Amino acid sequence: MVEALFWPALLGYGEAALAYASVRTSRAATWGVRIGWLAQTALLVAQAARADGFPWSTWAGSLNLFVWLVVGAYLIWGCRPRFRLLGLAVMPLAAALFVVARIGGGTHTGSRSDYGNLFLVLHVGLVLAAFAGFTLAAGLSALYLWEERRLKRRAADILRLRLPPLASLERLSWRTIVVSVPLLTLGLVIGIVRQRERGGAIDALEAVTVLTWLVYGGFVAARPRGRSAAVVALAGFALVIVARLALAGSHFT
Amino acid sequence: MTFTLVGLSHHVAPVELRERVTLALDDASALARSLGDAVCLSTCNRTELYLANVEEEDAVAALERVAGEPLDGVLYRLHEDAAALHLFRVAAGLDSLVPGEGEILGQVRAAYESVQPGPLLDRVFRQALGVGKRVRTETAIGESPASVSSAAAALAAQVFGDLEGRRVLLVGAGRIGELAASNLASRGATIAFVANRSTDAARELAQRFGGSAIPLEDVASHLGDIDVVVSSTSAPDVVLRADQVPQRRRRPLFFIDIAVPRDIDPAISKLDGCFLYDIDDLEAVVAETLAGRRAEAERAEQFVAEEAERYRAWRASLDVVPAIASLRARAEEIRSAELAKLRVSEDERRTIESVTAQILNKLLHLPTIRMKEAAVSADGAAYANAVRHLFGLEDETR
Repeated sequence: MVEALFWPALLGYGEAALAYASVRTSRAATWGVRIGWLAQTALLVAQAARADGFPWSTWAGSLNLFVWLVVGAYLIWGCRPRFRLLGLAVMPLAAALFVVARIGGGTHTGSRSDYGNLFLVLHVGLVLAAFAGFTLAAGLSALYLWEERRLKRRAADILRLRLPPLASLERLSWRTIVVSVPLLTLGLVIGIVRQRERGGAIDALEAVTVLTWLVYGGFVAARPRGRSAAVVALAGFALVIVARLALAGSHFT
Repeated sequence: MTFTLVGLSHHVAPVELRERVTLALDDASALARSLGDAVCLSTCNRTELYLANVEEEDAVAALERVAGEPLDGVLYRLHEDAAALHLFRVAAGLDSLVPGEGEILGQVRAAYESVQPGPLLDRVFRQALGVGKRVRTETAIGESPASVSSAAAALAAQVFGDLEGRRVLLVGAGRIGELAASNLASRGATIAFVANRSTDAARELAQRFGGSAIPLEDVASHLGDIDVVVSSTSAPDVVLRADQVPQRRRRPLFFIDIAVPRDIDPAISKLDGCFLYDIDDLEAVVAETLAGRRAEAERAEQFVAEEAERYRAWRASLDVVPAIASLRARAEEIRSAELAKLRVSEDERRTIESVTAQILNKLLHLPTIRMKEAAVSADGAAYANAVRHLFGLEDETR
């Protein structure tokens, strides 16, 4: 029964994805994000209450959690009228991934899991939270590059179709990455410690995640500015996509 | 109760006349008080008297005294719904010289707060302030710059966000450059240097903005710690070449070239971190944003129309509410009189009182609803008159 919470959440995200297309409906879109996120939160709580162990241990379950983290990060950092176009980028992605999570069985309740110990819960939770942050930073960076291009080309509608200032986009992307990198670091350390205890070789997902950490760690260390910062953030996000989608099943089976 | 507007504005009155009738806030409120229940809105573009139960000829005479001449042909007179609609459009900035300008809303508020208006003016001005605020918050009509100099400042803000502490180099001491610098300064930017061929003019302008004057030849050497360059010289050749701009990977540099012929080498726009807008670009931006303002103005007109409809419904309800109250009072009076004639015990009296009160309420419920509904349409006054006539209420309500 509680699985039906999937539908109001999807409806909220879907409505937001469509309503962000117009300035006039962006307020309704923001409410869609809020209502959808609350519904998904309730779904996750129900999943946690009914599960035997960590309920998001499958790739589809982790995708469900990932969507919640992405939308949650968006609600905190970017859910403002001037960031409407960020919503237009994030919410369709969130809605689509949420549907994929549902098809994969990630929104079901009462699942059993081997993820019974705290270390694994922390490992998965922290890595996913970091990936959600990188996703948001990538959205902000894409907006930065688009806005910079419009300014360079002296687009006449630059003040009519108004985005946040370049400085704000850069600052927000930087902060999101600075918060996310320690989360990824901690998540990776926990994973590595457990793997050493259990033994086993490094798989492709782990390798890509370490590479992602190197890219974003280098980003924080070097603090690139302007266009270069946006390009690095997007390059890192390409690795996140590979980790989340292309290699998603390899680590969980 | 009558509601009238008498006034003149930039639509019909020339500036020489408008400046004679423009009143300071204190003088405007004194004029309004001298007329009775009135509000005087006086700005550089309009002087209008909003009147409740005041003879409009008195208002016309008052304005003519201020102008010192007859105002035939330039005064407009609006009544009731038309006057309210006009006030709502004024508060929303839709009647302004630059549609959507936000200053007028504050001026309407100040005019309203400078007097103690009666219930009608109080209601209509509160509605006007409400719709003005709604237009500011729910449309983008006031966000777009309407001039080249304000567009330049808005574009700089699009790069840097907050301009507080951003340093500006002004090249040329002409009027248009000064305007652009003023716009940047009003957003918090610091006018750090003024460069000009005439050092005296540079020094004078630099003093006004609290900056330093530098020779025109030193412009390139000062670019290192500058965020915005505004150039508006009358030099026949380029003043700043691309090879003179230092490599800046850490901070963007924004060039505004308002000069014709252009002062700044167009190749600068290709440099990493550099943005360049010339006069044609700025004019294109202004034209586009003005088109945007017009589109937003259509939305604002919808808000104003909705508010005008609410006002009309409220005014119409004023016709039926006294009739409803009189009808209920008359019914209650009859009921009480008949109850007084009864010789029954206390318990029986209470029961009969309760039953008759319920009968009365049920009987009057539908007529009350119907009259309130009719009040919203044009039939409100007719319904009210019919009820007064049928139940003989004329003496009580008139």
